[in-house]
Amino acid sequence: MTGEARVSDLQRLGLHDLHVELGGRMVPFAGYEMPVQYPAGVMKEHLHTRAAAGLFDVSHMGQVILRPRAGMADLAAGFEALMPVDVAGLPPGRQRYGLFTNDRGGILDDLMFANRGDHLLVVVNAACKAADIAHMTAHLADVAEVLPVTDRALLALQGPAAETALMRIVPEVAAMRFMDVAVLDSAFGALWISRSGYTGEDGFEVSAPDAGADAFARALLAMDEVAPIGLGARDSLRLEAGLPLYGHDIDDQTTPVAAGLGWAIQKVRRTGGARAGGFPGAARILDELSTGPLALRVGIRPEGRAPMREGTVLWDAPEGGRNFGAITSGGFGPSVDAPIAMGYVPAGTTGTVWGEVRGRRLPAQVVPLPFHPTTYKR
Amino acid sequence: MKYTKEHEWLRVDGDVVVVGITAHAAEQLGDVVFVELPEPETQVVEGDEVCVIESVKAASDILAPLDGEIVAVNEKLVKAPGLVNEDPLGAWFFKMKVEDLSVLDDLMDEDEYADFIG
Repeated sequence: MTGEARVSDLQRLGLHDLHVELGGRMVPFAGYEMPVQYPAGVMKEHLHTRAAAGLFDVSHMGQVILRPRAGMADLAAGFEALMPVDVAGLPPGRQRYGLFTNDRGGILDDLMFANRGDHLLVVVNAACKAADIAHMTAHLADVAEVLPVTDRALLALQGPAAETALMRIVPEVAAMRFMDVAVLDSAFGALWISRSGYTGEDGFEVSAPDAGADAFARALLAMDEVAPIGLGARDSLRLEAGLPLYGHDIDDQTTPVAAGLGWAIQKVRRTGGARAGGFPGAARILDELSTGPLALRVGIRPEGRAPMREGTVLWDAPEGGRNFGAITSGGFGPSVDAPIAMGYVPAGTTGTVWGEVRGRRLPAQVVPLPFHPTTYKR
Repeated sequence: MKYTKEHEWLRVDGDVVVVGITAHAAEQLGDVVFVELPEPETQVVEGDEVCVIESVKAASDILAPLDGEIVAVNEKLVKAPGLVNEDPLGAWFFKMKVEDLSVLDDLMDEDEYADFIG
């Protein structure tokens, strides 16, 4: 194994002891010791999340408050200068998906941001956290204080029973729709809740103060519907839901359009929109929106039972032909009960492609994403 | 029962050696979702990659534990890879013929394997 960090170099989650108590197998991930699975195993954890409710500790992710120095309008304008996304039009109480881009149109990170009335709350990927904070601090200093939240855990409760379970603690969540955010008082302190997640299921992400987080997690885990879920199942769930993972399916070389994330760029930021362009890489990204990208992220469904993993080379013919793409995430989809993958092929590619697995080219179909239907409560 | 450092178990059955992976290995791999078996009547040398085993997490190989000839494979595992997790000692992968069964004496016995995996 390369790049393996020594355990002593790793940060521990606030709920570390709980994970160990639950039998979590702790592995290094993005600088943290994280539970990759519990005794139930990836397959059962995945299926449990789709059938009932799974509790994920995603406290390694970065929570950052952007507190405006003057007004929310200045902050929105500043934030829009970093992302091809409509920030100003996001009403209070709502959350939106965003992307930091670079001058070449590549993606620096993908993120969620919420309008919490008098400030924004941003949630970023763990591996990009330090760079994102530096990026925001460098570019937003005039319009906002960039305040990393360091005294809160972040838990995701995902699955069809997530609402029922969370309602026992904070009944108000029943009224929330997909991508709503709220601050709700509870016995465990003020919970910052969004109705969102990264599994394709209905569910919530809950930021809980460190002082109450362990008891909050235990209260959820004591419910029949709720089981602890590790990173392994988090990955297979998001893969089935067709959701890209930063550092794998998207990075600073992929543009939002090539990544199939054009939907995240609202009309107002596109050519002809009231606030068109004005973000890093705008020339390339706006051009790709109108003329189409060269390569596109697609779903790949191997015809056989052999998974096609990240890095698998894709060919346009069973022999000879061109190496014209690659798998960026792949594995087994427990709910699909088949191997599934996503990767990049030239835009317009349909039908059969061949993935090179252990020296042999195996057929696979280019398919639309997601592999498993999403069940967001819109 | 004998064990290799590659976490295979070997059981002598008449004049053939039956090979599978240990419960410890199955647990470390996680849920097995794909098994690729060798062709019967293949001559193998110790250390050859003879089977591919993919779990939800990653792909691994099973190496030939000895020199010899593969004489049978367990096709059931191709249809139901999960048997490797459910019953690691029952889920044999292949049977091989070796010239001299005494080579098994060099492998670990149960106590030695238990020490090996700590």
